[in-house]
Amino acid sequence: MFDLSLLGKAVIEGDNEEVKALTEQAINANVDPLVIINEGLIGGMNIVGQRFKVNDMFVPEVLMSARAMNSGIELVKPLLAGGEMTNKGTVIIGTVKGDLHDIGKSLVAMMLECSGFKVVDLGTDVSPEEFVAGIKDNNGQVVALSALLTTTMLAMKSTIEVLQESGLREKVVVMIGGAPITQDFADQIGADGYAGDAAAAVELVTKLLN
Amino acid sequence: MSSITFTEVAYTELEDFVYGKAQKPVECSNGMVIGGGTVYPEVNLTLPPMLISEETMPKVLAQYEEMIHGICSKAYELNSPGILIEIELLPPCTFNPEWGTDVARVVKGVMKEYETKFGFKSLLRMTPVDVREGKTLTHMYHGEHWDNVLKTFEGCAKAGADFLAIESIGGKQLHDEAVMNCDLPKALFSLGVVGCTDMAKLWDEIVRIANENNCIPSGDTACGFANTSMVMAHKNFIPKVFAAIDRVMCAVRTLVAVERGAVGPDKDCGYEGVYLKAITGTPISMEGRTAVCAHSSHVGNIAACLADCWSNESVENVRLLGGMAPTVFTEELVYDCRLMNGATARGFATQLRDLYAESDRLYDPQAYILDPAVVLKLSKEIVKGKTHLERTKIAASATIEELRYGFKNGLVQLDAKELKYLDIFEKQLKAIPDDEAKFAQEIISSTTNDKFDPAKYDFNF
Repeated sequence: MFDLSLLGKAVIEGDNEEVKALTEQAINANVDPLVIINEGLIGGMNIVGQRFKVNDMFVPEVLMSARAMNSGIELVKPLLAGGEMTNKGTVIIGTVKGDLHDIGKSLVAMMLECSGFKVVDLGTDVSPEEFVAGIKDNNGQVVALSALLTTTMLAMKSTIEVLQESGLREKVVVMIGGAPITQDFADQIGADGYAGDAAAAVELVTKLLN
Repeated sequence: MSSITFTEVAYTELEDFVYGKAQKPVECSNGMVIGGGTVYPEVNLTLPPMLISEETMPKVLAQYEEMIHGICSKAYELNSPGILIEIELLPPCTFNPEWGTDVARVVKGVMKEYETKFGFKSLLRMTPVDVREGKTLTHMYHGEHWDNVLKTFEGCAKAGADFLAIESIGGKQLHDEAVMNCDLPKALFSLGVVGCTDMAKLWDEIVRIANENNCIPSGDTACGFANTSMVMAHKNFIPKVFAAIDRVMCAVRTLVAVERGAVGPDKDCGYEGVYLKAITGTPISMEGRTAVCAHSSHVGNIAACLADCWSNESVENVRLLGGMAPTVFTEELVYDCRLMNGATARGFATQLRDLYAESDRLYDPQAYILDPAVVLKLSKEIVKGKTHLERTKIAASATIEELRYGFKNGLVQLDAKELKYLDIFEKQLKAIPDDEAKFAQEIISSTTNDKFDPAKYDFNF
């Protein structure tokens, strides 16, 4: 029986070459492709997420692990039957209109990707209409809005209003975050949730989608 | 425009390198002298949650008016010898230069009122936002974004700003990528090549506008660079030693403003300003424990060691038990400055400076590299470099060496993970080619156009 824990360990160590070699071995040993992904590759990445949350790993280490995981997934993907999911859901993320802050939002995107979600990053200064298009084009289930200024946080409210007008509000989960944002503010503007940091954002998306 | 090259540090004796006194003080038209012996409070403020639009501009201006009244009133009541007020304009007030100009006019109007009625002296620093980023940016040096930045500077200068400043962002996206990956060579390129080149072009224009309008080109800050690293390190997302090295590397970039004609005081959130003071003798504004209203840090006391103005970074206009937040923080700053100036009057400035340093430097490498003795030592190394890139590289290698020395001698605490990263960064540095064009090619081929588009910077390697 193939030991998938070794594959997970290689992911945790961010060892690209080892991940590729072990994934090939698992494929040759006729391990179910979905098992390779979920128990080996994503399994390792889940541990990375836990270690990051308790400050046991730095962001660059998490990114190395994510790259290693993806190199394994690329080898397995062609073996999956059509329609089989290789991610936990699609998140459309961006910094709201008028706000040019990028890195906090990018961190959340990175952590979501590392946790098995597909992330479509629309960038900064994203208008409500661009969020609507992003959701439609990518069949998004979650929309994540970021703002770092007291003068742009109200653009979150107008984005949610446009989602409502376009008939998408009931079809997507809306989460918000950023330095001036609070749970109270999320409640006031009708968002489904607020996350204070990247790790909390992953937990929130997982909870909201379940 | 001409450029000054600093090949020596401005201070030969550590005893002379202290808060409140700069080798090249800035004398202002109202008689206030920055770096002439007195530390002044510099209050920085921002709006509460509200939209900025044509319709809301009257309310926006009313907010600023209310805040400045509160600040001037409190500072006058507490007998502050004077005060600086900094307005970091919000993006809509730079995208619409006339709005930013209106803000400057209203704020200066209130300040003048206190000078006329009570003889209370104050100075206004206007800081337009560097909006040269985002999807709609066509070029860094022409087009709508560039024009709006310059028009806002001009409008603010004409509306009565005493100082012009900016947190410039040339190379920031590349640097963000470097921070996320702890990629020291990429950070070095974004600062020592892209950032320095961009600063020269931008600051030539700022200095021209200041000279044409009889105001003072003050300085820049690596807020978008080293402060991003600082916040990331504070959250344990990256090693603290990266943030410390990045801070010292940023000094070379921030220094370009002075090379092109800025005279200070350098801006508060650029903690690398201490290196600028060491090398150029220019006065600086600093922020520490009084900036907790905006962000946490590990340099609350040590940041005061060399401050010529003492700031609170930014506080929004919300009500606290003690009053409106900008007024409350004015009071904090005034008391801090009283203590610093009082110590100077009794001849104890260096003792107080050393207490500030000793209380913080052990606990974080970012604090350690702000220790005045360390600053002077590293500055002497930096000025040995012939080019900006070489200086930035020296800044990185000298900081790594200094952190090892500090750790070995029990002057700074570093855990095993931090020490491991010092080794990693040392290896990364050694792998950088000496040839700038070759280095540029390596970096450009390892990134994407959305992070760094050479054409937008007129880069031609």
